[in-house]
Amino acid sequence: MLAAELAARGYIVDDALAMSVYLALRMQRPLFLEGAPGVGKTLLAGVLAELFETRLIRLQCYEGLDISQAAYEWNYPRQLLALQAHGRAAPGGASAAPEAAVDDLYREAFLMKRPLLQAIDAAAGRAPVLLIDEIDRADEEFESFLLELLGDFQITIPELGTIKARHRPIVVLTSNRTRDVHDALKRRCLYHWIDYPTLATELEIVRRKVPGLADHLRRRVVAFVQRLRREDLSKLPGVAETVDWAEAISHVGGAALEPATVDVTLGLLLKYHDDIERLRGPVVAQLLAESA
Amino acid sequence: MTLGDGQGDGPGDGSIAGQGPGDPPSHRARAGMTPGNGEHRGIGRPDARLRLGDEVIAFARALRDAGLPVGVDQSESFARALAWVDPLARGDLYLAARATLVFRREDLAVFDELFAAFFGGPRGPGAAPRAQATPIAPRHDRGEFFRTALVAYMAERAEPSAREVDVPEHSKAASGLELLQRKDFADCTAAELDAIARAMRDLRLDVTLRRSRRLVQARREGRLDLPRVVREAARRGGAVLALPRRTSKLRRRPLVVLADISGSMELYSRILLQFLHGVTRRHARTETFVFGTRLTRITGQLQIRDPSAALDHAAREIVDFAGGTRIGDCLHAFDRLHARRVLGRGAVVLIISDGWETGDPARLAAEMRRLSERAHRVVWLNPLLGRPGYAPEARGMAAALAYVDDFLPIHDLRSLHALAATLAQLPRRKGANRPPHAAMARAIPARVPPGAEVQR
Repeated sequence: MLAAELAARGYIVDDALAMSVYLALRMQRPLFLEGAPGVGKTLLAGVLAELFETRLIRLQCYEGLDISQAAYEWNYPRQLLALQAHGRAAPGGASAAPEAAVDDLYREAFLMKRPLLQAIDAAAGRAPVLLIDEIDRADEEFESFLLELLGDFQITIPELGTIKARHRPIVVLTSNRTRDVHDALKRRCLYHWIDYPTLATELEIVRRKVPGLADHLRRRVVAFVQRLRREDLSKLPGVAETVDWAEAISHVGGAALEPATVDVTLGLLLKYHDDIERLRGPVVAQLLAESA
Repeated sequence: MTLGDGQGDGPGDGSIAGQGPGDPPSHRARAGMTPGNGEHRGIGRPDARLRLGDEVIAFARALRDAGLPVGVDQSESFARALAWVDPLARGDLYLAARATLVFRREDLAVFDELFAAFFGGPRGPGAAPRAQATPIAPRHDRGEFFRTALVAYMAERAEPSAREVDVPEHSKAASGLELLQRKDFADCTAAELDAIARAMRDLRLDVTLRRSRRLVQARREGRLDLPRVVREAARRGGAVLALPRRTSKLRRRPLVVLADISGSMELYSRILLQFLHGVTRRHARTETFVFGTRLTRITGQLQIRDPSAALDHAAREIVDFAGGTRIGDCLHAFDRLHARRVLGRGAVVLIISDGWETGDPARLAAEMRRLSERAHRVVWLNPLLGRPGYAPEARGMAAALAYVDDFLPIHDLRSLHALAATLAQLPRRKGANRPPHAAMARAIPARVPPGAEVQR
């Protein structure tokens, strides 16, 4: 089973996510993962690459991201040099055959392949996993460009022609939801909202990631984090934070999880000063007692 | 299932024994149909696969009726997905439907409910306990519920403007409008409010621009545009004759509106909602929320073209009105649920409220501080500011003022135009003229002439 295959590589999925991943693979559709930071959206792409023994190509999105950074760019300095060289090679003849010079400029040798072009590039032996990370950070212009790419899995370079994917890449898009991604893009994908894991799932994740942590401490650590997520906080701790914190606790050691230990390591779980200030001391002690 | 093989044919191409798309499992149709719908769906058709197809279409239609943006593409991919799973297994059917038909988190709850109503029994695995807790209302009951809520809302909410009188046609005339410019919304008759609503239609809120990180062509400023340098040079046989440049594109700032619709704002709420409808529709990056004791997002409802239909839709969403005002709590809800999403990219926040806080003013102050830290600018619009002799002494208003960049009236047409003028000239730098907190309260004159902007 897919879930088991993923679990074997340290990624625990619930039934709903397993179905979404399974259908995305079978139907060859991009998978759109939305959820709070630190719930393992990005990680899934890496695990899929590992599972299929293929390359992971990652595109980190940001505002202003354009084709030259995402898909391809011509190597302008080299082109300019080539042009100059061409002019020198034929003295006085630079204006004689400029067309030839131009044709010569837009060859693959001068093409710099950015992640999207790499992902559909026919030269790659097998379909890679393409991770388009934090699409919510990109702007609408880039979204509409992606629409085209995800529809046909091809990129048209005006000077060179259309490059079509021989093997459709496995595409994973993630969004932290700092803004709404346009429905048109989501429609082309299988959508899945990743929630924080259940107690059992998170225990399993920590067991695999931090094997050095004693059983009883692991239960205390995960129960405390799960209890924290019911608090009204600026930013809830994600799974990544749980794992970091579990790791820290495993180094501190001790027979039990003491409030004092939690207080000094709270910065690993909470990333806002306001949150830490509010919880440190009596609240931590109380939450610890409640989650015991 | 075989995974990890079939790489040469693309990752999705490995086939499952007996379950390839061309080789569907034999038992396609589910046994049970939704009661009451069985007569015209499926019965009498010999082909079980057709029956399921019909159900997919009917289910997609039901989702559409409930407001989910389910298109033909979605029902098609749901149908395709069914080739890969066992539709007889209820869990699989649910999960496949969810993976293909839902693409917004907020739609999940409605989807779950409709799925249960449509295909019966428990929802997805894990959701079963909840299914027992809330009995599922059939679809027509939902509509009934909406209509009842709507009627109740309209009856209460629209009271001040519902005094029906014949509208003389010349109310549109310029002279009438001139008088209306200065007439407090609270004192207007229904006919006058209608005339004001018509006059508002042309009002635009053009928020100032900010520099984005996307580059566009420019003549003199900005970075060198190398692609164009090369293209031009190639055309001229290698000679670089011009140096085209690129600079960052200017974009309009997003606008976020938080409007108070509690009891004390009653006389203004309806006309201001109409105003917000125009703003939300004309200004592409507007997010609109209303609050009283709870916060409700009504952006989607206000995007409907027809004003009265838009207001009706918005009214359905609003659960609390004419109640108390807990501005601090509502701002807190905004911060936790929406701020991350809507406050990015230098948003300008408009708060429309008279500042009558029934909650803790200290909490309101704390929330205002947070909001002012995250927004590019916070503009507070208070209808009472138009009244002679008004001073912002209400507990909530006084607490909030320290974190407000612009404090303006919003009680007549003229004040709306003044608002538009202010938004068009916001300073570029965030909080550059944000005064120290104590000085701020003093800066507000005790008597504000009607319609005047408060200058600091």
